[in-house]
Amino acid sequence: MGKGETVKANNTNFLMKVVRNQCFIPLAALLLLVVINLVADPGFFKITLGYNAAGNPVLSGFLITILDSGSELAILAIGMTLVTAASGGQDISVGAAVAIAGSVLLRVLCGDNSRPETLQAPIIVAFLVSCVVAMLFGAFNGVLVAYFKIQPMIATLILFTAGRSIAAWINNNELPVISDPSFKYYGEFIPGIPIPTPVFIAAACVIIIGIVLKVTNLRIYTQAVGINQSSSRLNGLNPALIKVLAFVILGLCVAVVGLIKVSRISSINYSVIAKDIEMDAILAVALGGNALSGGKFNMTASIIGAYVIQFLTTTLYKFQVQSDALPAYKAVVVIILVVVSAPTVREYFSNFTKKLKLSKEVA
Amino acid sequence: MAKTDKKAAPAGKGFANKLQNASDTNLLLSITVIVFFLMYIGAIVFQGSGFLKPQTFFNILNNNAALIILACGLSLVMITGGIDISVGGITALISMCCAVYLDYKGGNVFVSVLIALAIGLAFGLFQGFLVAYLDIQPFIVTLAGMFFARGMTTIVNTKPFNVENEAFKALKMTRIIMPGMGSVNKKGVYIDAYIEIGVVVAILVVLIMFCLLRWTKLGRSFYAVGGNMQSALMLGINVKRTKFISHVICGLLAGIGGFVYFLHVGSGSASHASGAEMDAIASSIIGGTMLTGGVGNIVGTFFGVLSLSTIQNIVSSAGLDEAWWTGITRAVMLCLFLVIQSVVMSARKKRMAENK
Repeated sequence: MGKGETVKANNTNFLMKVVRNQCFIPLAALLLLVVINLVADPGFFKITLGYNAAGNPVLSGFLITILDSGSELAILAIGMTLVTAASGGQDISVGAAVAIAGSVLLRVLCGDNSRPETLQAPIIVAFLVSCVVAMLFGAFNGVLVAYFKIQPMIATLILFTAGRSIAAWINNNELPVISDPSFKYYGEFIPGIPIPTPVFIAAACVIIIGIVLKVTNLRIYTQAVGINQSSSRLNGLNPALIKVLAFVILGLCVAVVGLIKVSRISSINYSVIAKDIEMDAILAVALGGNALSGGKFNMTASIIGAYVIQFLTTTLYKFQVQSDALPAYKAVVVIILVVVSAPTVREYFSNFTKKLKLSKEVA
Repeated sequence: MAKTDKKAAPAGKGFANKLQNASDTNLLLSITVIVFFLMYIGAIVFQGSGFLKPQTFFNILNNNAALIILACGLSLVMITGGIDISVGGITALISMCCAVYLDYKGGNVFVSVLIALAIGLAFGLFQGFLVAYLDIQPFIVTLAGMFFARGMTTIVNTKPFNVENEAFKALKMTRIIMPGMGSVNKKGVYIDAYIEIGVVVAILVVLIMFCLLRWTKLGRSFYAVGGNMQSALMLGINVKRTKFISHVICGLLAGIGGFVYFLHVGSGSASHASGAEMDAIASSIIGGTMLTGGVGNIVGTFFGVLSLSTIQNIVSSAGLDEAWWTGITRAVMLCLFLVIQSVVMSARKKRMAENK
């Protein structure tokens, strides 16, 4: 009898542990989406090997689409998680910053001519330049937040307003087009490899940030600053510097996303590129169960969150929802999520279950 | 808050001391007003006589009546320490719903006003409840509100279209003539200067909001909650209800602003008022509303909107590429005012420390 009870208790403990785990909410959402898709149409999960226009083998299917187009979001979610944790706010300028990074990349590749026959500079050089520029803009945001003590959302509002204009100004408001096929490798397929390149890039970014968080003190410093700025200062940290660092890392992520985005279409459209991606990135962080007011964070949960959002987007597309109407559905998901995870609601429910138990015992 | 500051600062002579004695609200407000007048005078001097015509100024008002109303609501929420980024989306949704109602259903204008108010109020009530009573971050709640409103706009109707309702058109074309301020055009014909109905509504809203914030108990409690939530609680202010009311009023103003916007453009489109929330936030900040809450002034917000749109007018009359340059100049101005705010804040902290 007693043994049975302890086993039962262990089971419930295990269950509670799983439910309490931060990855639970995004994984549960993912599972829900998978089930919905299985019921609606199992063909959703079909992956076929075909050949693209250039005659190279490519995999296609909704799952591949999700992995492919979720890459940008996953990469941005990495930076956004760090910024959220360190500063307790979000960067809403990432979409505009992606436009700038992409514009710089194209400017370096094209030189003065907007339709070059050959590349004017090696791609790696152009990428490094765009990295530096994106990190500088990240540092600009970071300095406003850390040294001028402006709320992150408002400080990044500046770049949000100006970013796309700056991007257009960098290329004299022209729309450069790259004809070199090797530039397409980063956003589409490398010949002979059937998996889209952005998937590899995203995987590389995830691995790098995993190693960085494991090896360096970045995680603990960021969390310390996010939880209590004054006490982290008293412990010998420099909170301002760490906040700026978080924004600079986000800048680096932005540059990588810029490369992928620009490479996908070999060109740029200043007002459309990475539109509304900032909202999705913030959503990914929130979906991962990270407190948007800063402090502790779970990088894995954020990254899973990013792919869940892409899964949701692709599912909605498959059900023929118009791209402009997507936000309405996403909004419903967000509201349900935040309401369920709100402390007041949780408290209410735990009180409610306690009452239920009590009434049972009394009976 | 203003009174304590006045007492705390040492009594001094001269302009600098006077500025120091002024409360932060007044200091930020006067900076905004001065910058606006300098800018307008600069425009008159460098851009020629276009800016001298009263109608140029009235056009700024005509084009931005809706923004003024939205920004008033936003200032209120920001004074209470929150934020609302859904107002632009609500405006688009209202435009679309009213347009569909008036055009397809052939309804009357009065009911469409009610529809607009109801939509705004519904958003305000729901968002206010989530923010105040469930304690969810206002940014996320209103972000979802914005998503929802924008998405619903497309669901209601995809294609943009003009309203062909006669009564509505008559209301849209109604112009209030300002006597003695007209000008003579190139052909030598005298044209009266005019404002639209929306401007009257906007000015009424500004006046009512100003009085509300200045002289009523409710108005002062908004400042108290935004300034320091703990001490507001100690003073016996119902913090949750105050926050709730601030969001409800903001929603209601978004409803009014949405209809005024609709009255100005006379069409429904999913891309209407895109970025209006950011413009409204920027105007509030330029008008001296502190993001940290507790400091702000509706008159400043009014001038904030005027400053932003004057920049736009200057850019377009200077023959620059409008869409791009407006973004950059606005961002520079926003940056400038944010830095000023930050400096004022740190100066105030220092002053408080000295007085201790």
